Amino acid sequence: MELVLDLVSWVLLSAGGVFVLIGGIGALRMPNLYTRMHAASVTDTMGAGLVLLGVMVQAGLSLATIKLAAILLFLMITSPTASYALANAALLAGIKPNAGHAADEVTEP
Amino acid sequence: MTVVFGIFLLTLLVITAAAIVRTQNLFVAVMLLGIFSLLIAVNFFILDAADVALTEAAVGAGISTVLFLGALALTSERERLGTRHRWLSLSVVASAALVVLYATFDKPRFGDPSAPVHQHVAPWYLENTPAYIDIPNVVTAVLGSFRGYDTLGEVFVVFTAGIGVLFLLSVRRGGAAPGGTGAPGTPGIGLREHVIPRVVGRLLVPFILLFGLYVQFHGEYGPGGGFQAGALIAAGFILYALVEGEERTLAALPQSWLLALMVGGALLYGAVGLAGIVLGSTFLDYSVLGANPVSGQQIGIILIEAGVGMTVTGVLLAIFHAFASRGRA
Repeated sequence: MELVLDLVSWVLLSAGGVFVLIGGIGALRMPNLYTRMHAASVTDTMGAGLVLLGVMVQAGLSLATIKLAAILLFLMITSPTASYALANAALLAGIKPNAGHAADEVTEP
Repeated sequence: MTVVFGIFLLTLLVITAAAIVRTQNLFVAVMLLGIFSLLIAVNFFILDAADVALTEAAVGAGISTVLFLGALALTSERERLGTRHRWLSLSVVASAALVVLYATFDKPRFGDPSAPVHQHVAPWYLENTPAYIDIPNVVTAVLGSFRGYDTLGEVFVVFTAGIGVLFLLSVRRGGAAPGGTGAPGTPGIGLREHVIPRVVGRLLVPFILLFGLYVQFHGEYGPGGGFQAGALIAAGFILYALVEGEERTLAALPQSWLLALMVGGALLYGAVGLAGIVLGSTFLDYSVLGANPVSGQQIGIILIEAGVGMTVTGVLLAIFHAFASRGRA
């Protein structure tokens, strides 16, 4: 049982780490703001979520797990909101969404 | 492992500091300062200084970022280039850095148990806190009771800083209406038009305030206390101001209340100190406040922590409103 829990949390933590790495690479390599945000959002959702789940498995049924679950819940609420606010501010600042490979261009409103 | 992680974090700190100095865009610099504070908070945490880490994360990464942004809204986003005396300032900084580097040679090794800091008063505090005060968090015991004078000084530093900033910033030009309600029908600042941040912000504010109160009153048992709680509660109100506009926040917690919190917290701390004298002991000796010395110490620490929290909340919010009303005027 101990071994199974360790294995599960190990897999979750590693997968979370991989997602954070992918998010980091994406944020560096993507061509413009919106695609970069898209890549970075992987870090907030899958990365942080899987890492927290892995730590929760390690903590077992304890107060720490409840605290971690609360952190996960707040993260799931706040980080999409922050992404929305950022994208909205960028749109208001005049950065056009561009699905191609072009870098950002600012249109003066 | 801690050493590897510490070196990694310190390297990131140096990189961030260099980036802050190099960038000409002050907005970028403010964001980098937030990252810097968060990194140093993690650094404090792996050194087992959870109380300091909590303060640094709440004040450094949270509130001061908002205050810097408020200041930037009043000025320009770009740094003015100063080309004169560059070599002079570089040589001053370099020589100061060399002196500091030289001073580190005398320091004990990292984690050395025989370092002076572990030999002086710290063992006494660790050994005697259960007997004298009987609370689990020795940091709070040292901060509130053993070193009560220092904390009193810190509270008055915060108080004085708040008064100073208010004097500088809250000058009303041309006798504008107090509270700055503006003409009716003018669109308020804040994210009132944006449904998602507004809903989520309103949802989070009560939890932030609740967490602030938890940190305030749990400070005897875990990391926390008045400074951290004050910063968290102020952050909750600032979030409310950001999503709902500043006027509504002032309606919920008027300027006069903020001043009362600032003054009342400092006065409460001083009054607890004087109560020690009145009840026949010395200034800031809480032992005489309760039925027995231990419960007296606990009552005293709870009261002075409440005073610290009140002053910090009041000062931070008053400074925030001073910046915000200046930008609106």
